[in-house]
Amino acid sequence: MHATNILFLVLGLSLFAFYLGRGRSLALAKPLGGIRHIHSLPSYYGAHVALWCALPSLVLLGLWMIFDDVVIDSIVLQSLPAGVVSGISGDDNLLLNKISNLAAGVLSARDENPALVAAAESMLQLQLISRWALTALMLTLSLTCIAWSWSQISITLRARPAVEKVMEKLLLACACVAIFTTVGIVLSVLFESIQFFRSVPLDDFIFGLEWSPQTAIREDQVGSSGSFGAVPLFVGTLLVSAVAMIVAVPVGLMSAIYLAEYASPSVRSYAKPALEVLAGIPTVVYGFFAALTVAPFLRDLGASFGLTVSSESALAAGGVMGVMIIPFISSLADDVITAVPQSMRDGSLAMGATKSETVRNVIIPAALPGIVGGIMLAVSRAIGETMIVVMAAGMAAKLTANPLDSVTTVTVQIVTLLTGDQEFDSPKTLAAFALGLMLFVVTLMLNIFALHIVKKYREQYE
Amino acid sequence: MSTKNLARAAAKANLKVEGKQNLDVADDQVTVGQSFTDAPKMTIRNVNVFYDDKQAIHNVNVDIAKNEVIAMIGPSGCGKSTFLRSLNRMNDTVESCRVEGEICMDGEDLYAPKLDVVELRARVGMVFQKPNPFPKSIYDNVAYGPKIHGLADSRVDLDEIVENSLRKASLWDEVKERLHQSGTGLSGGQQQRLCIARAIAVSPEVILMDEPCSALDPIATAKIEELIEELSENFTIAIVTHSMQQAARVSHRTAYFHLGRLIEVNPTEQVFTLPEHELTEAYITGRFG
Repeated sequence: MHATNILFLVLGLSLFAFYLGRGRSLALAKPLGGIRHIHSLPSYYGAHVALWCALPSLVLLGLWMIFDDVVIDSIVLQSLPAGVVSGISGDDNLLLNKISNLAAGVLSARDENPALVAAAESMLQLQLISRWALTALMLTLSLTCIAWSWSQISITLRARPAVEKVMEKLLLACACVAIFTTVGIVLSVLFESIQFFRSVPLDDFIFGLEWSPQTAIREDQVGSSGSFGAVPLFVGTLLVSAVAMIVAVPVGLMSAIYLAEYASPSVRSYAKPALEVLAGIPTVVYGFFAALTVAPFLRDLGASFGLTVSSESALAAGGVMGVMIIPFISSLADDVITAVPQSMRDGSLAMGATKSETVRNVIIPAALPGIVGGIMLAVSRAIGETMIVVMAAGMAAKLTANPLDSVTTVTVQIVTLLTGDQEFDSPKTLAAFALGLMLFVVTLMLNIFALHIVKKYREQYE
Repeated sequence: MSTKNLARAAAKANLKVEGKQNLDVADDQVTVGQSFTDAPKMTIRNVNVFYDDKQAIHNVNVDIAKNEVIAMIGPSGCGKSTFLRSLNRMNDTVESCRVEGEICMDGEDLYAPKLDVVELRARVGMVFQKPNPFPKSIYDNVAYGPKIHGLADSRVDLDEIVENSLRKASLWDEVKERLHQSGTGLSGGQQQRLCIARAIAVSPEVILMDEPCSALDPIATAKIEELIEELSENFTIAIVTHSMQQAARVSHRTAYFHLGRLIEVNPTEQVFTLPEHELTEAYITGRFG
């Protein structure tokens, strides 16, 4: 039986076990005069039996699925005559691939080595045995556990604490999924980056001023000497992010001040959601807005002033990205400004300060740590933003501080390095992982910094 | 005159001294006692305050004399804070609040359309229930008002104003070594005296105090009370308080509010020894409140 079917079977059995356990506790409670005379509620007894049914067999299923391929593969490999192994290839993985393809019927068995065909057949056989063994084992385990835990039920069995403990572990496991995924991603990026730094020295990557990730397949090809200096990419990223922040910070902050301090409740109730609609627009829509509307407009505008504006400019990409970030900053700033105690406002107004004096002299300074934290979070978002810059910032890795020029960013290069068919061992592809690692480190540091500031701010008023 | 008032009010209020008391007051309740003075600093006439449709203050008439300390007492929710906040138009910051009637200072209508609220609040300072120093240095807290009103032409002037204000608030000796440290780092009592220094730095004519000691311990309270007495030489002070002992200690006259109505205004000594109105008596003897 297939693993998915087994899973459903176990779930069905658990449901059955739940009613079994519940029924037994009810039966025990009845002669005593009601469920108040047994230790836990009947549903806890049911859950107790159901968990005993499900958990051991699920653990078994997991272990089995991890190890059955390994065991089968090694049995198949060992059963092969020694000559075949060395005759075809020294690589066990290649050989196993071939055998499993044969077994799955992807490769035709006609013109293959008979030893391999035999191995494929035995592999099929073993897989079948494994599946049936698993089914039998799991059923036995489930039923045994149900029987055992059912027999354990008595009026003194402490089912509630036991079930609670399992619940806690379950929640912990869910929290661990997120953590281990992060760790896994970091490790995978890290290992690929290490591989990249074997072929390209670390200081060339970090301090190199030229980015041209070309590697040749043959020695005599043009552009065979790739250069992997990440500086132009990070300069491009910083340029686009800076333009974005120049747009987003003043506009976001001031709209937050308006919403928090000036707007009447009715205006606020319309304006705030309207502003947050901006956050709901998919970045790809912003991207083609930037590429098809804003960039040509800026180019024509520049031409009318006699300026040369590239049709893919940092200004267009950064400007649109800034608009995208406005709701991010305004809603964070709005939160911290509203969190400034009313007594501060009263104090300032009672001194005869006007509203704008109060905002400038008291509210902004009091909310500043929170606002800075929000801006840092927005910066790390701008740095990591991909879609708008892919569509509107260009591909040319120029080392320039001119926002009218086209630049490229780290994220754009990662996209171009990894889209399409790629060989996964050339420095060109691996460079994407190194860039990703750098980006990750930068945004991580920004986030830690921002969270630190936000946390410090929270302590002030609570 | 006053006995007649008393009898009429008691009858209207339908007050039963024994058993369950009816503490409602009649709509045409008239303030008993000495509400008016000869040379008033502020005159309050027929003032009604509403929050949306709910009336919080009913037809209050009273004078505040120059350089007097007038205490306002009454049970929670009786409108004394609302009344106080209408004296420097702090109620303007509450969207739903509406003030009717006439409040004048030195004969000038505070609710006249052409009146500048900024100027008014420089003349009528306020100290709040909870100390609310700005998250700035002690110096900047006191210098805040003089700066926004342009009272100091030079740094030296400003230094002098700050020092004088802190001295008047009897805080100078405690903070002169750390003027540039944050005002929020002071103790509660010091913070409240800092707020008083901040309020007097713009040389107001009237200072409103809204339960200035309710968040303080007895020692800090004693210091503030001492300070109020000193300040009354130069300023007119209106103080809202929950503590009847405090009202008795610091004020010259006491006003008793009940359910948004001003019941009685009399010299403090009289209010606490021989109250004119039944409700005042019931409150100060602790039968409710």
